[in-house]
Amino acid sequence: MSKIYQAIQKRILVLDGAMGTMLQRYNFSEEDFRGKRFKDYPTSLKGNNDLLSLTQPNAIADVHHKYFEAGADIVETNTFSSTSIAMADYNMEDLVYELNYESAKIAKQVADEFSKQNPDKERFVAGSIGPTNKTASLSPDVNRPEYRAITFNELRIAYKLQIEALIDGGVDVLLVETIFDTLNAKAALFAIDEVLEERNMEIPIMVSGTITDASGRTLSGQTVEAFLTSISHIPLLSVGFNCALGAEQLKPYMQRLSNKTEFFTSAHPNAGLPNAFGEYDQTPEQMQLLIEDYLKDGLINIIGGCCGTNPEHIKAIADVAKNYEPRQLKVYV
Amino acid sequence: MLNKINRYLTLSGLEPLVVTPESNFINIGERTNVTGSRKFLRLIKDEKFDEALEVARHQVEGGAQIIDVNMDEGMLDGVEAMTTFLNLIASEPDISRVPIMIDSSKWEIIEAGLQVVQGKSVVNSISLKEGEAEFIRQAKLVKRYGAAVIVMAFDEDGQADTYQRRIDICNRSYDILVNQVNFKPQDIIFDPNIFPVATGMDEHRKNALDFFNATKWIRENLPYANVSGGVSNVSFSFRGNDTVREAMHSAFLYHAIQNGMNLGIVNPAMLEVYDEIPKDLLDCVEDVLFDRRDDATERLLEFAETVKGQKKQEDSIIQEWRNDTLQERITHALVKGIDVFIIEDVEEARKSVSRPIEVIEGHLMIGMNVVGDLFGSGKMFLPQVVKSARVMKKAVAYLQPFIEAEKDGKVEFAGKILMATVKGDVHDIGKNIVSVVLGCNNYEIIDLGVMVPPEKIIEEAKKQQVDIIGLSGLITPSLDEMVYVSKEMERQDFNIPLMVGGATTSRAHSAVKIAPNYNHTVIHVNDASRAVTVVGNLLKKDNKVYKEQIREEYDAFREQFLNRSKKKEYISIEAARKNKFKIDWNTTEIVKPKQLGIQTIQDFDIRKLETYIDWSPFFRSWDLHGKYPNILKDKVVGKQASELFADAKILLKRIFDEKLLQAKAIFGLFPANSINDDDIEVSSVILNEEKNLMNNKTYKFLTLRQQLKKREGAPNLSLADFIAPKTSGKQDYLGCFCVSTGFGTQELAEKFEANHDDYNSIMIKALADRLAEAFAEYLHKHVRKDIWAYNSTENFSNEELIKESYKGIRPAPGYPACPDHLEKNTIWKFLKVEENIGVTLTESLAMWPAASVSGYYFANKEAKYFGLGKITEDQLIDYSKRRNINIDEARKLLNANLSPS
Repeated sequence: MSKIYQAIQKRILVLDGAMGTMLQRYNFSEEDFRGKRFKDYPTSLKGNNDLLSLTQPNAIADVHHKYFEAGADIVETNTFSSTSIAMADYNMEDLVYELNYESAKIAKQVADEFSKQNPDKERFVAGSIGPTNKTASLSPDVNRPEYRAITFNELRIAYKLQIEALIDGGVDVLLVETIFDTLNAKAALFAIDEVLEERNMEIPIMVSGTITDASGRTLSGQTVEAFLTSISHIPLLSVGFNCALGAEQLKPYMQRLSNKTEFFTSAHPNAGLPNAFGEYDQTPEQMQLLIEDYLKDGLINIIGGCCGTNPEHIKAIADVAKNYEPRQLKVYV
Repeated sequence: MLNKINRYLTLSGLEPLVVTPESNFINIGERTNVTGSRKFLRLIKDEKFDEALEVARHQVEGGAQIIDVNMDEGMLDGVEAMTTFLNLIASEPDISRVPIMIDSSKWEIIEAGLQVVQGKSVVNSISLKEGEAEFIRQAKLVKRYGAAVIVMAFDEDGQADTYQRRIDICNRSYDILVNQVNFKPQDIIFDPNIFPVATGMDEHRKNALDFFNATKWIRENLPYANVSGGVSNVSFSFRGNDTVREAMHSAFLYHAIQNGMNLGIVNPAMLEVYDEIPKDLLDCVEDVLFDRRDDATERLLEFAETVKGQKKQEDSIIQEWRNDTLQERITHALVKGIDVFIIEDVEEARKSVSRPIEVIEGHLMIGMNVVGDLFGSGKMFLPQVVKSARVMKKAVAYLQPFIEAEKDGKVEFAGKILMATVKGDVHDIGKNIVSVVLGCNNYEIIDLGVMVPPEKIIEEAKKQQVDIIGLSGLITPSLDEMVYVSKEMERQDFNIPLMVGGATTSRAHSAVKIAPNYNHTVIHVNDASRAVTVVGNLLKKDNKVYKEQIREEYDAFREQFLNRSKKKEYISIEAARKNKFKIDWNTTEIVKPKQLGIQTIQDFDIRKLETYIDWSPFFRSWDLHGKYPNILKDKVVGKQASELFADAKILLKRIFDEKLLQAKAIFGLFPANSINDDDIEVSSVILNEEKNLMNNKTYKFLTLRQQLKKREGAPNLSLADFIAPKTSGKQDYLGCFCVSTGFGTQELAEKFEANHDDYNSIMIKALADRLAEAFAEYLHKHVRKDIWAYNSTENFSNEELIKESYKGIRPAPGYPACPDHLEKNTIWKFLKVEENIGVTLTESLAMWPAASVSGYYFANKEAKYFGLGKITEDQLIDYSKRRNINIDEARKLLNANLSPS
């Protein structure tokens, strides 16, 4: 059994914050994104953040470093969009294995440094598996409701490659996150289950859905309970929500999730809702107060941040999380 | 208990379905099965998918908690049919809210189904028929796809047809699934085979009994497993005799459930109520089911002969409530909002009492109290309450002459409330809803209507000795009117509470700008459901504590708000102008409008607007929150939303058929350039004889610029940024428009009110508002495609229009990008709006008729909506100079956008 199972029973684990928000600070130019290796690549590459694991690996390691320093127990690999489906935007489908493998290596190396310095607090790496940019249960064409831009099998194959590379690169956990279409997530879980059977191994799995707005549903229309029901067929380390909402808006849904699930729970909300200009302006202190409400109510086993959060937010969260007991796991009667 | 969860079968569509011991019996819809329904088969074969979806929808509406989908037919490509149909269901939230049962005897069809459902579905079915290896392979995949499974009592030797075979096969299947495949036991549903009885063959005599006993055994010996079955099989030998079949189904189901069957396929139309099966028939049926007599079959056949061809009588329960007592009937009419019988019932009530007033104080108030309680506890919704009010008003109107005939007849109200939409504002939907709801709760409402000057509010409040003043308003200048009224109330020594509400009002504004002026209670109430509680508390005898609480709350809120808003940083207007949004005018595309100049549309065919209506705000105006169309299926408000929607559609049809409303529009496109950063100079256009352009006169539109300090790289926006500056040397263009669908609204509303029908009076206004917005949307599209023609190829659906997917914007003065209402004056002068289409501006610059929309058109692809936010003193001074008005006037006008200094 993974060491993370021991850790999660002892304390609330802290997940890192946003990668994108941190990378913006570097103001990387098209040239920086390309590095030497992709100098003459025919497609524009600016904005392909996952590629920075190959062209600016020090920056990625640096971000991981900052989050660990802030008190994170788990950092996510820089692989949110590293599937052949999402990379098709940059014509980089062929790089998928390398992107995932290298991103996992970078994160794992930083994690190992920290674990070595402080063996009492083992640090972990979660392989980030994003939703891709296509939906398997929604038609992009309102006039053809039966049409799908992507099939379950296409997703399964794409995810499988990403998962294999992440595992080869040394991640401790797989994190299927920002799920706005549950069918996409089910394809990812299917692929994970296949890989684990083929390799005859186990690896903890985290699943994190996204409630898109105040309707309390996922983009594909499921309620909290329906979502939970649809992804609980595989033993998970944790289930939770991230993105789209701030901690305040997310709380009622976390409460419902926490009441119903047999697994550990996670949340990595945004730093509030974007203001009129699309910016996240919740301060670390504000977020800390809101997160403390989660902790007081015993809703949480893993807590971190999504869009708009930075190491200061994570530090504030880690500072308060250590004062509380982790949520108790529910047992079957 | 808190830390325990149960092993219940849990499935999901868009919503979860938990099968608990309390859920009694889960009904599976079976009409979307090509092997069981000829009609459905034909629809699928003919690819009439819309109608096929209707079959599914009908099932769900009829109460099916799971729907079974089966495409096993030789002439169909089963994989494709299953995929297509389930994909279509996924696009229908009212169907896909329930879990799907993927039903096929072919594994590849089942797998195709599993690959397109996001929820947790049920596979129907797998079994040991092809041996253990195949069973395990399929079970593993079912698990990996995240579905539950029906396991048929079937093995290598065939279908289980005895009690022992049933339990042996189920036991073996369970063992393999739970111990080898690691299948969750609660996700297993056994189908122990329902076979026909009373067939005349001896080996079938125990078919029902064996099923009951096997079910019982499974539920007692295979922990957490479930049992299901197709009930109609049991009566197979009585086809054509519905009386007997229905009795058999109910009796069988009754006993199967008693023994532990918790899911099943039953046709609800083929089911008698168990308690209503005639005793003699029930005896015959149960003798057969339990194999109690050797001649059981013969006796049931004999009985069947006597009822053959008997047509089931149709009871109509609809009018049953008419047989209740008088009070029950009146209460029912009020709760359900049925006005057909109310006069008749009230007349009966009047004759039964000594004074007519007692009918109001007795019968009607008892009914309205029920309404009030249901509303208060969230079991009734606003549209229903307004309908109740309609019935109440009719009843009271009928009684009024009788009451007046008696000299001392006077209705005792719980309090008197003055309601008014403030000076310069014409919007009254919200105010009317609050009035109606309060009226229902026995408050006397003094409704002064719209555009009520403050002097009149004060005067009437004194004269009528009201207990509360309620002010409403929708446009921003109304906020200042409310402030003014509050100051007057203080000056004239009022002490009654002031209640404010309406779209632009807020707790923040009430606490910061109104409450400090008035030493007594000021309270912001923005939904009708809260109004009743608030008024109730305010008028209680011992209300001192409540009032103090409000005061303290608002004081604290104000302090907090003022502290918070000080933190924002602003930059000077010069700096903001330097940081304007920069479009590269050398490369950006500027399309010259195909038709410049002004056009009017005098009598627009209003029917064309139906598809452009954005319904979500309509529901919001009735306090029903949620997005259309999902709101119609919402768990909490769905039913009411659907009823409201149906009523709206009826009135809308009347509007269309009887041409009740008139729609008019005026719009124009003109050469324009921005000047001095923030102004837009526009030239009116006249065509000369040769159809050449002659610029006539220029007008200036003034815009305001954001001053909040932005993060690096983010601009300080002004609408003028979207128009090429004169200095660029490029000729750019701007449009402006006004549409109205409000002509006729007032007259109609008055007619409805005269008929005590507040419901439709509010409805017509809400619909007119929606039509006006739809007209604005329609016209914008027409302009984009045909008149300006910069986007002649666009083809967006209504949803996309609502989401504003198109290029270009149509901001309206008074809204966040351009909060300056004075701009409407410029549009009015420029287009001659009043002269051409008769829409006027009130002194607060609200449009009359209220259902009107005006604004500008910007076509640049970079143009986007934004909120101005707060501005500081330097821009205010600059603006007052540009507008040529004095600074105080400017301050009043832009009050809502001034940063606290």
